[in-house]
Amino acid sequence: MTRLQSAAELEDYRAKLLSVRDPAKPCIAVCAGAACDGLDSAAVASAFAAEIKKQAVEAKLDFRVTGCHGYCNKGPNVIAGPGDICYFEVKPEDVPDVIACTLKGEVLDRLVYRDPVSGEKAVHMNDVPFYKHQMRILIGDIPRIDPKRIDDYLAVGGYASLTKALLKMSPEQVLAEVKKANLRGRGGGGFPAGLKWETTRNAPEKTKYVIVNGHEGESAAFMDRAMLTGNPHKVLEGLIIGGYAIGAQQGYIYTRHDSPQMAEHIQAALVQAKDLGLLGKNILGSGFDFEVELHFDVGIFVSGESSALMRSIEGHTPEPRPKYIRTSVSGIWDKPSNLNNVETWANVPEIIGRGADWFTSIGSEKSKGTKLVSLSGNVVNSGVVEVPMGTPLRTIVFDIGGGVPDGKAPKAVHLGGAMGGSLPISMIDAPLDFDEMSKLGAPIGAGGLLVMDEDTDMVEIARYLLDFLVEESCGKCVPCREGMWQMLKILTNITQGKGRKFDLDRLADLAEVTSLGSLCALGKTSSDPLKSMLRYFKDEYEARITAGSQAQ
Amino acid sequence: MTDMVLQIDGKDVTASTGMTVLQAAQQAGINIPTLCHHAQLEDYGGCRLCMVEVETRGRTNYVVSCLYPAEKGLVVRTRSEKVDKIRRVIIEELMAHAPDAPELVKLAQEYGADRNRFEKEASFCVLCGLCVRYCAEVKQKHAVGFIENGPMREISFIPELAAKECWNCQECFAICPTSYAQAAYLLTEALAFPGQRKKQAPAVKPQPHTTFGGIPVIVA
Repeated sequence: MTRLQSAAELEDYRAKLLSVRDPAKPCIAVCAGAACDGLDSAAVASAFAAEIKKQAVEAKLDFRVTGCHGYCNKGPNVIAGPGDICYFEVKPEDVPDVIACTLKGEVLDRLVYRDPVSGEKAVHMNDVPFYKHQMRILIGDIPRIDPKRIDDYLAVGGYASLTKALLKMSPEQVLAEVKKANLRGRGGGGFPAGLKWETTRNAPEKTKYVIVNGHEGESAAFMDRAMLTGNPHKVLEGLIIGGYAIGAQQGYIYTRHDSPQMAEHIQAALVQAKDLGLLGKNILGSGFDFEVELHFDVGIFVSGESSALMRSIEGHTPEPRPKYIRTSVSGIWDKPSNLNNVETWANVPEIIGRGADWFTSIGSEKSKGTKLVSLSGNVVNSGVVEVPMGTPLRTIVFDIGGGVPDGKAPKAVHLGGAMGGSLPISMIDAPLDFDEMSKLGAPIGAGGLLVMDEDTDMVEIARYLLDFLVEESCGKCVPCREGMWQMLKILTNITQGKGRKFDLDRLADLAEVTSLGSLCALGKTSSDPLKSMLRYFKDEYEARITAGSQAQ
Repeated sequence: MTDMVLQIDGKDVTASTGMTVLQAAQQAGINIPTLCHHAQLEDYGGCRLCMVEVETRGRTNYVVSCLYPAEKGLVVRTRSEKVDKIRRVIIEELMAHAPDAPELVKLAQEYGADRNRFEKEASFCVLCGLCVRYCAEVKQKHAVGFIENGPMREISFIPELAAKECWNCQECFAICPTSYAQAAYLLTEALAFPGQRKKQAPAVKPQPHTTFGGIPVIVA
């Protein structure tokens, strides 16, 4: 592959790609996302490959294995085109029929969606309830892309925003556009990305770094993995644009050592982008040089905390550092380092491509754009969901999620994973918005949304989440290490009917001191679930303690 | 080094650039309790006892004074209801491990901490890291380190290094607030290289360090 030297050469290359691609040509996309993979979508994919070869229909039918389509509990997912016909729970023995129907432009009735109550059919993606209520700006391209083929990303318009940024905009203009878009960090805090970029850009040190936080260690959070594995180039494009705006020549993608598929896709994306001249020296003749390195964690949760992550890239133990001097000013090797989460970076090409005004037309007053949500728990439909910010939780849980299964009543929704909070179902009309959710004590955080039914034991939920975090504390500072340990002991006692009447006071003190006194965000937010429980479900805790002491 | 003025407990205090709030306070004779701080070591921010209330740009924050840089015009309160509560709970948490450590007993009196408030786990070590950091930073021997994460974390002497280095040094024993460093060393010796030191040349008498509670040092 020859390096592309200019925007015109990239557009020529894209035009050539598109000239041989016929949108009306039948195509089949098999999901190889984590959930489908677990349901052996690999067997389905090889059955397709073998059958296509056997029937010698390669020329008539496009076939690709893609990242996560989103509807995880209905896997293995297959989407047939044209028309985005969704087939669910596809087995290898269904493959010949799917191929036959797709070639004939027909629908294979037995594999399409049926409403579990009315039995009503939904054939096309836009009609399936799970997809119908979403706005899939970031993940919508995933079924159209083989993540290991840069050409697929270019065919859906990829790297056009990079060209625009590098060749038609100054770094200052790119930064101004991101600031105007009011893009807020998707990693948890919701801090305005543009302001963070500006801080790094204005920091006096000349060498600067930009980093993708692709660590996503929370249980019940799986959308960053879907994004990065399914469309790595989109994230990379955002990172390169960010590097340009900030004045960094080196980027890092920090991710997990235990996700080989994701690592393989990122690795391939970096190699192909470099081969095409979208990374390296003088990108598209712009004079801008940019390199990206992939870096893996060492398998502990706190590696995803920004200062620990940077220590890890330096080659040290990922132990958090106090951030009285921000990492955006003094990060990796004490150089200004701008860290954003996968989803934040993925938004950047959209903002540059379509403009800040378009971006701010989506979402709520103070939270703009869309939000990826990992929907799971006691819910009929689970998977990766993308909705405009400000969407009521009710839409996500009932319209997209299909409500609670087995005729049970919903009791609560838990947002933000192990450091999030639980809300009673009476608050289901609250909007998915950074500030609103924080006010309610259930910050969006990592983006996991867990639905809980009437049988859920809220003491056990808090205990379970702390049990996870206790093992993930690095152990350096006292309030995190000891505070969580003591909270876990007390909660364990309560679940075992050994609670005592002063336990709630002890829990309240521990929760307060752990959040005020801990060194990093892990400790500071570790008691958030418990605080939300004491705010909304205190009666249940008191009842458990009373019942326990009466039984003794 | 330029001087600046900040306010600690209502008093104007002068500090120079690069100083922490703790240093500025100590220089002005204002006492802030510490456990993991040691003048010869890089500040660590682990025990969180030196936490104070600072006011910057109209916002109140809780920060560890051993790491927070002194700034011009900064308003610091070393005691408040919240600060005292943080310290009290931290002392109570640590007393679950080392209920009779002299430093903790003294602090417990001052902050009204109840040594029996939380379930006991008699590990004796409070993981201040003084031994680990002293051995690494001052002695540059790395004969003792941390192992494990979270509540499983403990200090551990590395037998190969400890057999060579420790008996003639012992300096970490004296700075340990709970005597656990000494116990951990002797346990390592008993398990990994018993009797070996008797064959060695007599120990050079170590310099006594009595920073913490004046705990006696074993001398061969």
